[in-house]
Amino acid sequence: MNERRERAFIDHAATTPMRPSAREAWLRASEVAGNPSSLHASGRAARRIVEEARESIADDLRTRPSAVVFTSGGTESDNLAVKGLYWARRARLGLDEPFLVASAVEHHAVLDPVEWLGKHENADILWLPVDARGRVNVSRLAEHLADNALRTALVTVMWANNEVGTVQPVGEIAALCKEAGVPFHTDAVQALGQVPVDLSEVPATAVTISGHKVGGPFGVGALIVDPHESVVPVAHGGGQERDIRSGTFDAPAAAAFAVAVNDAVREQQTHAAHLLELQSSLVRGILELVPDTLVNGATIGDPSERLPGNVHVSIPGAEGDSLLMLLDAAGVDCSTGSACTAGIPEPSHVLLAMGVDERTARSSLRFSFGRDSSPRDVSAVLAALPGVVDRARRAGSVSSDRFRSAQAAVEMS
Amino acid sequence: MRVVAALSGGVDSSVAAARMVDAGHDVIGVHLALARSKSEGGKSRGCCTIDDARDARRVADALGIPFYVWDFSAEFAEDVMADFLAEYRANRTPNPCLRCNEHIKFRAVLDRALALDFDAVATGHYARVIEGPDGPELHRAIDPDKDQSYVLAVIEQDLLKHCAFPLGDSVKADVREEADRRGLRTAHKPDSHDICFIPDGDTAGFLTRALGEQPGQIVDVATGQAVGSHRGTFTVTIGQRRGLDLRIPGEDGRPRYVVDVDATTDTVYVGAPELLDVRGMTADQVIWAAPAIDHEWVDVLAQVRAHHQPVPAMARFLDGHLQVELLESIRGLAAGQSVVLYRDTQVLGSGRIVETVAASDDSVTVGTLGRRDDRA
Repeated sequence: MNERRERAFIDHAATTPMRPSAREAWLRASEVAGNPSSLHASGRAARRIVEEARESIADDLRTRPSAVVFTSGGTESDNLAVKGLYWARRARLGLDEPFLVASAVEHHAVLDPVEWLGKHENADILWLPVDARGRVNVSRLAEHLADNALRTALVTVMWANNEVGTVQPVGEIAALCKEAGVPFHTDAVQALGQVPVDLSEVPATAVTISGHKVGGPFGVGALIVDPHESVVPVAHGGGQERDIRSGTFDAPAAAAFAVAVNDAVREQQTHAAHLLELQSSLVRGILELVPDTLVNGATIGDPSERLPGNVHVSIPGAEGDSLLMLLDAAGVDCSTGSACTAGIPEPSHVLLAMGVDERTARSSLRFSFGRDSSPRDVSAVLAALPGVVDRARRAGSVSSDRFRSAQAAVEMS
Repeated sequence: MRVVAALSGGVDSSVAAARMVDAGHDVIGVHLALARSKSEGGKSRGCCTIDDARDARRVADALGIPFYVWDFSAEFAEDVMADFLAEYRANRTPNPCLRCNEHIKFRAVLDRALALDFDAVATGHYARVIEGPDGPELHRAIDPDKDQSYVLAVIEQDLLKHCAFPLGDSVKADVREEADRRGLRTAHKPDSHDICFIPDGDTAGFLTRALGEQPGQIVDVATGQAVGSHRGTFTVTIGQRRGLDLRIPGEDGRPRYVVDVDATTDTVYVGAPELLDVRGMTADQVIWAAPAIDHEWVDVLAQVRAHHQPVPAMARFLDGHLQVELLESIRGLAAGQSVVLYRDTQVLGSGRIVETVAASDDSVTVGTLGRRDDRA
């Protein structure tokens, strides 16, 4: 924490520090010895922790406890929802090549399972286009569902985008799908805590949430999935979690996760107000210093359109990874988009889907504020930025030749 | 100095980076993503393996320096791999490590580093940069077994001031011991010898897959008789003896070697080893690591392979081409190889061999005449 405090950590969309309340809950629960599936008193004591956590999360999201399926995190929840719901409905309707509808700007944890189902499981994929702000075209979905409801296995559209922060009209989409009788999944990993996530108002079939994005531990998440909906499991085993998600219950993780979700939901409004101030002051400052900066995504300052903690910009003539490296050296932690395992920048599919050209996509940076962010962090970015942009642009002009040749190589292949 | 330490994930670059840190420089570690792996959906990954990329990261952790992966896979695909295939297709035998040093490590990476206000790129190559009267000079490493000045002879002299080779004054055994003493996890990794994008070492297989089979005959130059067949002229190298699978023994029963290749008829010629003796050559794509020589013949040492004894020679530079007359013949030399000229231990420059002159005959050239204008 101390090291983080010395640095300007503005990458909370990647992960946000664990809340002390969550850590305490984890430690408390870790002292209970039993396996929650065991039938004896110790087992029951542990199970009680899991069930209390389940109820707490259900209350906070305004759904029923039986809908909450604990998982290892966002990626697992997304895979379980996309594959599990697809397989179940395909079998139920006896479809050979069912439609699978997904927005073009999904996180890889949704995008890749969708593509995998297309490649290996006969899914006929419909990618829902987005506009320049990153918002999906709902009428395109309505058109599709009007003709193909019984041939569509699943619709999946994220609640809010992890890169540019665009908030999707999930209430509208959920209602459309419900009316058509088509299951709807939404990845709410980034939305939770920043915008209201009220499942009594958004009748989604399945919702993904993650622990470490709201101040809970890594390695835990949940899929909130309608208990009446059948889901084919991805991993088979002991039959925990309604037979949908086998694996020993992790009581400490569930307890800590529930505390974090509770805090995040309780604080959502004041948190959003805090983030909005930082968001607008950073954008204002960047535009003053680097006037030709392009602000990507939806309207800044409108949390119904854009996550309040998200700032996403392209700095023409500079490469995102140069900017990131130079800011890193100046004590600022941010990101070029979504973190990728290899640490290698690829042009973001989100920006490309929004119609941003590849060049601009490669020159982008994401700042994402969180709980302990302060105006000091904004100042740190703005103090470093002119020098950073200057140097990155010099490096960018060096690499523009190689960019052209790289593009030529791509076009050739 | 602000230094980019290229971390390959091997022991040499680890120790090189450590020495730069010890010397008080402001160092960042950079692992280069070069090869694109098809199996991973075309995403770039480090050269050569996941292990190497991970080791590089962990060495940076141990040294307490920042670590980044720089993606030069597009440049690598074009300037190294495509060039490698084009050269083989033209029946030349390229050395991709030189091309990588020329285009990637000491061009693209260095350009980027300089633009980002770094002063130098440090690598674990065994060579020395010494300040001389006419500016920095590139010299052989003191460890003759490890000397890599040959593959670095593609660095132009004005870039040498931005190159740091902290291992040039060390012998390999000491470098390993130092890595061990420093607790670097790479201390006991084996040396790499293969071409990084052909990790199984099967160059002929790689070429056949990439270029397709172009079978043809193997002809004995002494008899004019077809004595075998091959899968493509690019699968054999001038001077090669093994793996030819010749069906008919030679007249005198002596071993036969690939002595020439005719790409127009897909014919490979085999013959006696004396036919491989070369006494001169012409090279293009000349790069000077020292002030250029001119049309006057000068005494030099010429080296034609990474690990090869240099031989005394005379050289001159005429119309963009390097002419080299060897004072002792060299056996088995293919077009496409690089000739590196030295004065004592100093690297003068390098060129790509396009034409060789056989020792046996003044008029006949052995080896394939390369097209001279295809890289303009």
